[in-house]
Amino acid sequence: MEPVLKVENLTKVYQRGTPGKGGTAVNAVRGLSFALMPGECLGIIGESGSGKSTVAKMITRLTDVTEGTILLDGEDITRRRGSRMRDVYQKLQMVFQMPVESFDPRQTLGSGIGESLRNRGMGRKAAGEEVKKLLLMCGLTEEFAGKYPHEVSGGQCQRAAIARAIAVRPKVLICDEATSALDVTVQKEIIQLLNDLRRKQGDGLSILFISHDIALVQQFCDRVLVMYHGEVVEQGNPDEVIAHPQDPYTKRLIESIL
Amino acid sequence: MNRSDIPVRKQKIRRDTTKLRLIVFGTLAGLLILCSIFSKYLCPYDPYLQDLSIAKAPPGSAHLFGTDRYGRDMLSRVIIGSRTSIFSTLLLVAIITVTGTLIGVLCGWHGKKLDTILMRISDIFLAFPGLVFALAVAGVLGGGLHNAIIALAAISWPKYARIARSQTLAQKETTYLQAAVLSGSSTGKIIIRHLIPNIIGPILVTAMLDIGTMMMELAGLSFLGLGAKPPMAEWGSMMSDSRSMMATLPWITFAPGLAIFISVMVFNLLGDTIRDYADPKARGR
Ligand SMILES: Nc1ncnc2c1ncn2[C@@H]1O[C@H](COP(=O)(O)OP(=O)(O)OP(=O)(O)O)[C@@H](O)[C@H]1O
Ligand SMILES: [Mg+2]
Repeated sequence: MEPVLKVENLTKVYQRGTPGKGGTAVNAVRGLSFALMPGECLGIIGESGSGKSTVAKMITRLTDVTEGTILLDGEDITRRRGSRMRDVYQKLQMVFQMPVESFDPRQTLGSGIGESLRNRGMGRKAAGEEVKKLLLMCGLTEEFAGKYPHEVSGGQCQRAAIARAIAVRPKVLICDEATSALDVTVQKEIIQLLNDLRRKQGDGLSILFISHDIALVQQFCDRVLVMYHGEVVEQGNPDEVIAHPQDPYTKRLIESIL
Repeated sequence: MNRSDIPVRKQKIRRDTTKLRLIVFGTLAGLLILCSIFSKYLCPYDPYLQDLSIAKAPPGSAHLFGTDRYGRDMLSRVIIGSRTSIFSTLLLVAIITVTGTLIGVLCGWHGKKLDTILMRISDIFLAFPGLVFALAVAGVLGGGLHNAIIALAAISWPKYARIARSQTLAQKETTYLQAAVLSGSSTGKIIIRHLIPNIIGPILVTAMLDIGTMMMELAGLSFLGLGAKPPMAEWGSMMSDSRSMMATLPWITFAPGLAIFISVMVFNLLGDTIRDYADPKARGR
């Protein structure tokens, strides 16, 4: 089977100021490679600052790639930009860490969820109907379409964000700490929702699940990458990695939570 | 128990007056604008008709504000002058708000060279003392209301560009804009639909506060002979026209002066109120 998302030797260097003139460079990601199979859920864990969000931003092309290639469904999207990114976002979507901040404070949740649909030429009315369906699918009621992000709870808002992400039926869903800002019970509900979606879509939906919570990754993911200082230090089945960590850093990370 | 009551009550009273003030000053400003739009129909006499037989008449029942040295009715001239004064001011503020915001958003969004160039240009404008520079520009372009508006616009846009730029920089990396990118919206659409609605608040407040200032400066330029030219009725030039007769015929200076005073005050108070209203801390979300 071909991977839906294949990342090779991905590297990111953040430049601050001009190099050579007192500017500094942060090497946030160093030569990262992985492949995401159809229907798979791949976890990435690592401490704060290990470069997890940078990986997500590079794959979604929200930030430029310094080196390496990103293949989505066999297509090279590493340097793609402008209007051609629209086709990419048809297949690739992301759920952000801060649910409330991920919606325009001056627009309703419904308008945010329907934006991608309207951008793809769907009429206002049809998009509205579709938004209602999506809300129901994500465990909310139709009324939420008319609410503003500050009027709903974090958990409800994250459900709406998931509804927005799956509106275009993406093949790959990136969740960057999608549950970190929520309390434990709500976290469980969101994981439940993601599990439901996976079950419904089968091989049609692959998830890249970024988190610093090992227990959560163990529950939810088929495979896990451990990142440390921008590099993958260990990967494999989550249960095995947790039971028999090979790398000293992974050992510490696991000891710190168990 | 009693203590914790006080701040709550205070806040409530403040919020209430904000709303009340908004209604009152909004209505007054609206009336002034209406008056300037329909000024033609509100004049009791023809404001440009000269009749030397009634020249220099003091305020009375026939002519509420008296007449000037050519026998023109002062009330009618003040009313018709509102069109020039208020309308030009609003036009001026609209021009600088739109250009300043567009330039600022462009700079903040694009960054790099364009940002550096445009911001250095705005620095140059900001470094000059405003009215002096406007005087120079109006002097070079020659008098006339149009040139006065151009001169004031040239020195006033950088303030708006600065605000828009810093607001854009603050919003640029926000998650909701990234989410809009992922929704497949084009850059233009993101700027118009998402960015501008979220940064326009403080810009509009500045614009409201600027209406009074701009009205004064425009009248000031006209007073100095660099704005509206006689016989065009404009408050600043009307005051300048009659200043030699200040001692003998005070009402001729008084009428346009009062008009400037009232309109500047109404627009300033409205601007203040809108600022209070827009301040999220005062609104208590
Ligand atoms: N825009 C940026 N400019 C410069 N440096 C950055 C930028 N964004 C991130 N970095 C740096 O890159 C490194 C990796 O950051 P990143 O946000 O990817 O970490 P993370 O693993 O997502 O952390 P967290 O768990 O806190 O979200 C950090 O050292 C950070 O300081
Ligand atoms: Mg992160």
